[in-house]
Amino acid sequence: MSADFRSKPLIALTDLGAWLLAILWVLPLLYAFWTAFHPAEFAARFDLFSPWTLDNFRRVWEAAPFTRYFANTFVLVSLILVCQFVICTMAAYAFVCFPFRGSEILFMLVLVQLMIMPEVLLVENYRTLSKLGLLDTTLGIALPYLASAFGIFLFRQSFKGIPKELEEAARLEGANALQILLRVFVPVAKPTYIAYGLVTVSYHWNNFLWPLVVTNSVETRPITVGLQVFATVEQGIDWSLVTAATLLSVTPLLVAFLLFQRQFVQSFMRAGIR
Amino acid sequence: MKTSRNALYGSLLLLPAAVLLWTFTYQPILGTLVDSLFSTPRGKRAAVFIGLDQYQRMIDDPVFWKAISNNLIYALTTIPLSMALALLMALLVNSHLRGQAAVRMAYFTPTILPMVAVANIWLFFYAPDYGLVDRFLQIFGWGGHNLLGMPDTALGALIVITIWKEAGFFMIFYLAALQQISPTLLEAADLEGASYWQTLRRVILPLLMPTTLFVSINAVIGAFRLVDHVVVMTKGAPDNATTLLLFYIYQIGFGYWDTGYAAALTVVLLLILALIALFQFGYADKKVHYR
Repeated sequence: MSADFRSKPLIALTDLGAWLLAILWVLPLLYAFWTAFHPAEFAARFDLFSPWTLDNFRRVWEAAPFTRYFANTFVLVSLILVCQFVICTMAAYAFVCFPFRGSEILFMLVLVQLMIMPEVLLVENYRTLSKLGLLDTTLGIALPYLASAFGIFLFRQSFKGIPKELEEAARLEGANALQILLRVFVPVAKPTYIAYGLVTVSYHWNNFLWPLVVTNSVETRPITVGLQVFATVEQGIDWSLVTAATLLSVTPLLVAFLLFQRQFVQSFMRAGIR
Repeated sequence: MKTSRNALYGSLLLLPAAVLLWTFTYQPILGTLVDSLFSTPRGKRAAVFIGLDQYQRMIDDPVFWKAISNNLIYALTTIPLSMALALLMALLVNSHLRGQAAVRMAYFTPTILPMVAVANIWLFFYAPDYGLVDRFLQIFGWGGHNLLGMPDTALGALIVITIWKEAGFFMIFYLAALQQISPTLLEAADLEGASYWQTLRRVILPLLMPTTLFVSINAVIGAFRLVDHVVVMTKGAPDNATTLLLFYIYQIGFGYWDTGYAAALTVVLLLILALIALFQFGYADKKVHYR
């Protein structure tokens, strides 16, 4: 916390400004919230006595297979998270503990993906997936993201901070390379894993363009694409339904965020500080 | 012996990442370069080598130039504005503010929502007659307009959304950096009789330079990578007023299935990203000291 050297009136003024900005910032969300929980005829009418209703949510739930979309997203995000952890851990371990001639250059090559994310190359990646016969599959959505330069970078960074003595001590006790990784490196880097995990979960929960291109059926569509399919059909007809569907689709992540707010914020900070 | 053991273990551990990165990053980059020199295969007609014809077509394509200029306007407005707001938010939240946690949450919440959901919420917010924005404008007699449907305002409407979504995200990084600044420095400035503005300008802002650089690079990449809101809200309409480069690639590639031309357009996007990378590694890292 920084020291505060502002005068009293200035403090009152900035507090007021901060609060006004905060209200302005949540206004679109509150507006959507209001509309979603009221009957259509009150969609844009602020009457304190207008009746609250869950009817919009019920109709949305009946109109589109949201359960399936949520399940798809859940499977997709879990698959990506687990594979990224394994693949990026292996690569980072290699870069830190088994350097060989040229491995520094390989690491620089990995960093290319920080700039050029798979969705930028979507035309070529779509063709590759179609050759592999993986279009419209959950694995197909996940595959381009499984080796993450960002993950490798973060894990390498935190592995490098681990004292050599810890590794040596484990080796003297007869631990092999895999045991050293699992018993020394991974536990020490746990905060980095949590941070990276939260960042990657929110990234892939929210990802849209690539899944939109790859998926073509209810069985594979994640919630973002499902929401869009629903909203496009209903668009301009019934705002209560569209806002209800939108709120419904963000609820799990929003609830998780509200529960683990501190971890979220700290994780994003940790992932951002190089 | 150690080096050969290292090479063996190291390469085995790197193998999965290497295969995936080759298949979905390096090979497509090379493939894009090659494809941009060929015609688009159609039905039984295979792709033929046409040299730089796709690029010639690109230079003659007014929509391409529109997409480039839109993307530049989009980047040059969203990035400075959202970063300035982020800094302001961080300074506000970092001071002794009543209800600090609630305010911070209000700023940060848009960040964790998917762009698709944000776009749908704002679609309603912008809706003529229904939306709060239009009702507000009605007070001044400017109501009844579809801001997303008019060429003069559509891009601006998207810019506002992006700033709304990104500012809270960037705030987090400024907040982290502010909390690292030693209080003694600020006390010293106070003892010297420096005003709040002087302290901000001479002490705080210089110390935030590395963060500013990190955030701005992320922001530039974001400005060229995220087009979800274009897909949801306008599809480039009206009259290509909101077409951004990646959206145009998506449209050419998956709307018209013109993969050859899409490859040439992708090469331009790759060049832009490469320029940013060169700037970061070559110039910026030397100018701004990292911790």
